[in-house]
Amino acid sequence: MTDTNSSNKTGGGNNSAYWSTNLRIIIVSLIIWAFVSFGCGILFRPLLADIKVGGTDLGFWFAQQGSILVFLCLIFFYAWRMNKLDKEHGVDE
Amino acid sequence: MDQYTLNLLFVGASFALYIGIAVWARAGTTSEFYAAGRGVHPITNGMATAADWMSAASFISMAGLIAFGGYINSSFLMGWTGGYVLLALLLAPYLRKFGKFTVPEFIGDRFYSPTARIIAVVCLIVASITYVIGQMTGVGVAFSRFLEVNNTVGLMIGAGVVFFYAVLGGMKGVTYTQVAQYCVLITAYTIPAIFISLQLTGNPVPALGLFGDHVESGQALLSRLDQLVTELGFREYTAQNGTPSSVINMVLFTFSLMIGTAGLPHVIIRFFTVPKVADARWSAGWALVFIALLYLTAPAVGAMARLNIIDTIYPKGTAEKSLAYEARPDWMKNWEVTGLLKFEDKNGDGLIQMYNDKSKSFAETAESRGWKGSELVVNRDILVLANPEIANLPGWVIALVAAGGLAAALSTAAGLLLAISSAVSHDLIKGSINPGISEKGELLAARISMAVAIAVATYLGLNPPGFAAQTVALAFGLAAASIFPALMMGIFSKRINNRGAVAGMLTGLIFTLVYIFLHKGWFFIPGTASFPDTIAGSLFGIKSTAIGAIGAILNFVAAYFVSSITEDTPDEIKELVESVRVPRGAGAATEH
Repeated sequence: MTDTNSSNKTGGGNNSAYWSTNLRIIIVSLIIWAFVSFGCGILFRPLLADIKVGGTDLGFWFAQQGSILVFLCLIFFYAWRMNKLDKEHGVDE
Repeated sequence: MDQYTLNLLFVGASFALYIGIAVWARAGTTSEFYAAGRGVHPITNGMATAADWMSAASFISMAGLIAFGGYINSSFLMGWTGGYVLLALLLAPYLRKFGKFTVPEFIGDRFYSPTARIIAVVCLIVASITYVIGQMTGVGVAFSRFLEVNNTVGLMIGAGVVFFYAVLGGMKGVTYTQVAQYCVLITAYTIPAIFISLQLTGNPVPALGLFGDHVESGQALLSRLDQLVTELGFREYTAQNGTPSSVINMVLFTFSLMIGTAGLPHVIIRFFTVPKVADARWSAGWALVFIALLYLTAPAVGAMARLNIIDTIYPKGTAEKSLAYEARPDWMKNWEVTGLLKFEDKNGDGLIQMYNDKSKSFAETAESRGWKGSELVVNRDILVLANPEIANLPGWVIALVAAGGLAAALSTAAGLLLAISSAVSHDLIKGSINPGISEKGELLAARISMAVAIAVATYLGLNPPGFAAQTVALAFGLAAASIFPALMMGIFSKRINNRGAVAGMLTGLIFTLVYIFLHKGWFFIPGTASFPDTIAGSLFGIKSTAIGAIGAILNFVAAYFVSSITEDTPDEIKELVESVRVPRGAGAATEH
């Protein structure tokens, strides 16, 4: 599902560069998203069992609180980064 | 002032507030009715989205699910918040740029296919109606417990209030009442949690108290809880997944909840109300902030309530004499009346024993103590509502929780009803039956379909089909397997064409439906299921609640495969996708 067509009629600037930067930010963000929830919260929990957090282990904390906090950071980071990218490419409004 | 008067006062005042807002925020145009005139501030929209999203299930049921399930039910916490990351990164900004009013409209336009639009409408209506039944029954329960009116009258009053502000104000009225409802529900949820956290851990922040120390025993709160539940034959509260298949199920269930959340139309349409694409991005973040305030508190409420209940029943420790039935606290008596808490003296000693009577290793201990089975059944849905009573909090806190539960149920019901009515008036009536309908005519049609949707929801709330509780899996399954993949491919691929999209949606939809029916019974009719809905007994070793994730993957595969062997998308569709990807011009797209 890749795109080669970079022509655009609605905005200025180089939209193919804009879009590929966006895709790169999304992919990195989603890797972190999956790492904290599916990774630290579920799959890697046995590996984190030795790191103690308040009566239990780090994996339990990620499953019940940690992932939510990281999700929050991710969304605000994405909003800030994209709004900056919009301006760089002159497609903001 | 007695408890009943307090409850009446709090619930009455909150309802008066919602009606006042409705009168102030009337909708005059279809743009106001469907998208609140696209003038909602991102923070305001975030708050409204939080109320829209957090239903009776989040407010009333989730803490109970975590209390009795422990670690394994963390899926709800991660799933129902992780979906917002997908929404913020993959859907909301682009759908806002597209600038139309409904989710099926995007699917229909992008895949230049009325068939795709109709499939989306059907999925939307089935998912939203199953969801709304749960809200209406929640309204009924809250009324019958706190205001002592019968279920029918309670439901009628609730429906009347929703009717007033949703029909009059459309999205505009719903948005501002949801903001008020968020304030009511978050206060109601947090205050008892703060008191309980202070009592148990001395920490005023419940989320920190959960990982803090238990004042009475000096142990860490979670270690204390682990110890108590294992003494009663249960698995440790924080226990790891036991087998690889339970790990797989937890991953798939969490993933299904995430993509289901991102694909639920009543949440997506909230992002159509902000002025710009940049606002849609911020707004998703604010929505998660407001949701997280409750979701970070919920696991603390669950763990602390479980600890409180065990301490109430075994005041001197689990090996000593338990609580006498005659000496039971008032909250047990109050909830016995509703039938949601039941006691049966199986060994005739007049004491209450609650333990895991299904554990084989614990059976010997239980027998030596003369226990003949667990005697107390606590419906997990009463935990949050009974919390202030369990912790002996003042009467006004109890009244506040009653108003909060109603706010959670009503705000979600209104959001769902709005999604249903806009699909009917905009996608069915204007989109296919009568495209020439005037602005005024469409507004009237939207109001009439809203009224009909409320009537249907009230009827179903009064006569809930026996399968109501199980249909939540259906709502998430449909949103995950059909709507989310179609929206995502519509934005991120130019190659997926009309045939591919229809093939993908149908594959995801049919696979998910059939799998759920095979395990829950065809159309949920008892006795028609072919497989038990357990990890070991199910067809692919995956419980039916977690199957939406597989349905979504099949949707992607089928859409990609069919598109690759059929003709390319037309140029104007490629241009449409290009324009959706670029933020500039979203403000102008408002005036269509």
